[in-house]
Amino acid sequence: MSSRLFLFGDDIDTDQLAPGQYMKGGIEELAAHCLEGIRPAFASSVSAGDVLVAGKNFGMGSSREQAAEALKRLGLAAVIARSFAGIFYRNAINLGLPVLIAPDLPELSDGDIVSLDLDQGTLTLTETGRVIQLEPLPDNLKVLLADGGLVPHLKKRFSKERNKEHGQCA
Amino acid sequence: MMATTLAQKIVARAAGLDHVTPGDVITCQVDLAMIHDSGGPRRVEPILQDLGVGLFDKDKVVLISDHFVPGDTDEGARILELTRQWAKQRQVTFHDGEGICHVVLPEKGHLKPGMLVVGGDSHSPTGGAFGAYMFGVGATEMAGVLATGEIWLKVPQTILIEWQNQLSRGVTAKDIMLALCGKLGMDGGQYQAVEYTGEAIAALSMQERMTLSNMAAELGGQAGLIGPDETTLAFLKQAGAALDDVDWRSLKTDADAPLMARHVFDAATLTPQVAAPHSPANSGPVNEAPKTNIQVAYLGACTGAKYEDLRNAAAIIKGNRIASGVELLVAPSSVQDQTRAANDGIIGILEDAGAKILPNACGICAGYGTHRLGEDVTCISSTARNFKGRMGAASSQVWLGSPFTVAASAVAGYITDPRPFLKEEIAA
Ligand code: SF4
Repeated sequence: MSSRLFLFGDDIDTDQLAPGQYMKGGIEELAAHCLEGIRPAFASSVSAGDVLVAGKNFGMGSSREQAAEALKRLGLAAVIARSFAGIFYRNAINLGLPVLIAPDLPELSDGDIVSLDLDQGTLTLTETGRVIQLEPLPDNLKVLLADGGLVPHLKKRFSKERNKEHGQCA
Repeated sequence: MMATTLAQKIVARAAGLDHVTPGDVITCQVDLAMIHDSGGPRRVEPILQDLGVGLFDKDKVVLISDHFVPGDTDEGARILELTRQWAKQRQVTFHDGEGICHVVLPEKGHLKPGMLVVGGDSHSPTGGAFGAYMFGVGATEMAGVLATGEIWLKVPQTILIEWQNQLSRGVTAKDIMLALCGKLGMDGGQYQAVEYTGEAIAALSMQERMTLSNMAAELGGQAGLIGPDETTLAFLKQAGAALDDVDWRSLKTDADAPLMARHVFDAATLTPQVAAPHSPANSGPVNEAPKTNIQVAYLGACTGAKYEDLRNAAAIIKGNRIASGVELLVAPSSVQDQTRAANDGIIGILEDAGAKILPNACGICAGYGTHRLGEDVTCISSTARNFKGRMGAASSQVWLGSPFTVAASAVAGYITDPRPFLKEEIAA
């Protein structure tokens, strides 16, 4: 599937992703204001399946997971960055938003058409055919993402445990 | 025994392993979970309901209200009410309106060296000042912790930050951290364990150490540790922590343990620092900063309005008035610290000079209440971060500095070096 690339710089913080003054509202409202301080039309121009690419330390700042949730709500297929702030990275995986590290990102242009292969961990530039290798995800995180995030993952685990208990009772 | 780091010792014990290897993913048992009104009940309860489970252990959960206190908006009041109901229903320990979570948690004796603690807030590394491996997570992950009592982590490497010699008068833990943010960058911690050591650190009080550990978050570390010593023990004993089963002497980084990096600095040559808008990493010596007039001076937050922070500010402000056109707002970090400061005359000194005392809560630092910075306001603040728009209007300009620097700037009307004020105090 081809998608549009949205390019951002280094140190994008959680107050940009989920601005404090909209924190009392719902995720819809937050998503509508996501990154507007840097790029006012961001929320209105993203389509489902698009990819955000950023520099280092993406998602630094607060632990508010609405920062990742807003991006997911806007329909982004993944965030790719040179590096991520630790809490944002964990939150994204927990919410089922793929986050991929690419330490050596080549020069990219905003609006490039790309296709992302999550299984292979590659991003291909449609125009030039250039393939960018992304860091593979650790196995435990692959499982979490495959289950759709932490909550569905735990649901599966608890239902297995319950079934086991039932099995023993019977 | 292989030489290992303090961080690795704690996570290995929590995972029930004799030995761990950096980079491995392990599952740890959580000794304590701390949540607050913003990321806590209102966000975790729907997930617990969805999962159809209760708390893994109600005695290992501490809830603290601070972000929406005092509930000065309809929404904030509603969130606080929900928080209070949840505390009753789930029967957890609840500190309501007693102060900011990172300050209240150790103050009430909940932390002990060697614990593995998860907090629902990004400044959770503060617990590292007490030799606990404490780190922040988001609400979904916290719900997972509350449901299972477990959390995964990648065994951290350690970045050792050593400060040799002693800090000079007027130079504080906040100055150390602003300098470090500037030198190492906001990803200098690489989501590993940051550990502070050296003569200058050993000489610091617990409240100052808490500022170092707290702002490991600004360095991008997962945790910000300081090996426990007599200073730690004395604080915790007074706070009522049960320490009988804590072998604190073994909780240190072995001399020849492999490290990811080691940075050595000289505390004696450090001067007061400020960070320009909009990043703690935009830092440098205050006396090299451009002359900047201010309208607001804010003494607040978990890193900037504890008892000692207030005492430092008062040392400068005593006998002075706040410059005209400047508002000095003070939100003491906890009720306990405010009471102590009031008894010692510190609050009186601040009020006499024209300061306005705000509730013991996150206040302007969280940017959630009615108190926010207006358009184009320039503020000097003792908080930990100054991201664009965090404390109010996107056009507001927030500078960071120590409580000394905030107080001196409030008196001068512009951002200024606090040390000349201290000299006057000594001479007088
Ligand atoms: S005072 Fe500020 S930094 Fe501290 S917990 Fe509250 S919002 Fe976070």
